[in-house]
Amino acid sequence: MIVWTLFLTFFKIGLFTFGGGYAMLPLVQGEVLAHGWMSLEEVLDFVAVSESTPGPFAVNMSTYVGRITGGLAGAAGATLGVVLPSFLVILLVAHFYDRFRASRLVQNAMAGLRPAVVGMIAAALFSTAKAVFFPVVPESPAALAVHAGIFLLTAVLAFRKTHPILLILLSAALGIAAGYGGVI
Amino acid sequence: MILLDLFWTFARIGAFTFGGGYAMIPLIERETADRKGWISHADLLDIIAIAESTPGPIAINAATFIGRRTAGTAGAVCATLGVVLPSFLIILGLSYILETFRHIRAVQYAFWGIRAGVLALILRALVSMFKKAPRHPFAWAVMGGVFLTVAFLKLDAVWVIAASAALGLLSGLWRRGAQ
Repeated sequence: MIVWTLFLTFFKIGLFTFGGGYAMLPLVQGEVLAHGWMSLEEVLDFVAVSESTPGPFAVNMSTYVGRITGGLAGAAGATLGVVLPSFLVILLVAHFYDRFRASRLVQNAMAGLRPAVVGMIAAALFSTAKAVFFPVVPESPAALAVHAGIFLLTAVLAFRKTHPILLILLSAALGIAAGYGGVI
Repeated sequence: MILLDLFWTFARIGAFTFGGGYAMIPLIERETADRKGWISHADLLDIIAIAESTPGPIAINAATFIGRRTAGTAGAVCATLGVVLPSFLIILGLSYILETFRHIRAVQYAFWGIRAGVLALILRALVSMFKKAPRHPFAWAVMGGVFLTVAFLKLDAVWVIAASAALGLLSGLWRRGAQ
């Protein structure tokens, strides 16, 4: 039953996502590819859509994957799944607020989880770079050069604190220009 | 009616924050601490610390926590529903539009360019998280270990995260033993 599978899968993703945002990408990629729900390129395209729409990345991602694979019920099941772990954990923590904050166990676990988030994002960057620059059907040298150029330009702008939506619009425009210019 | 107020306030927060996560904090602060007085500014710092050490998106964590503080479990449900609903509805609508327009050539070219832009955004997220991360050999070993096992060995990320937490606990025990 697809709705139940979506719920369970996104429950697992919600339960193991610390730091939110891009740190959950390897989890999402792993699950979505393993189930054959979307391709890596589709996940990336949706990351861009998610950056350009309001709301938490986790909710956007679960709603989209759920809708594509299981319709409206799938979207509801996946979103409920990704939200429920944090909801339940916070209710519990709010109850034991002071003891949770002072807990040495929690602080020690965080000492391992904080650097793990950095490693997770690095892994997301690696698999994404591989999918973008070296897809299954290889790009022509000219296309690869243009792709690398778009990346370098947007990376420089990103570090100058350009708004993500502007970066996405710029790279979309460059992609369209390259496409109709016959480079791709 | 406090429940409706919680729902509506968090729906506005959910509808107007792009990028999620920390981008939401200023808006949450203005709406819930300054305007409504549901929580204090000191509470908000605690909420951020708790959100960082519990799973899930910071927006959900904050909504659940503030909702519960303000109106118990029913308040938590209303605030969380409020923060989720706008993105849920927007993405639902967008998914139909995307399905229709994905096959148009110009859209495919646009996404071809966008993928390189997304790569730049992930790189920026990586650098900013790296700057905030602790700097000592144990932390570097965890970073490197997680990267290698997830990127090359293709281990299930769930187990890698659980192992990182376990390593943190073990290193804490070891440090205590050494003292």
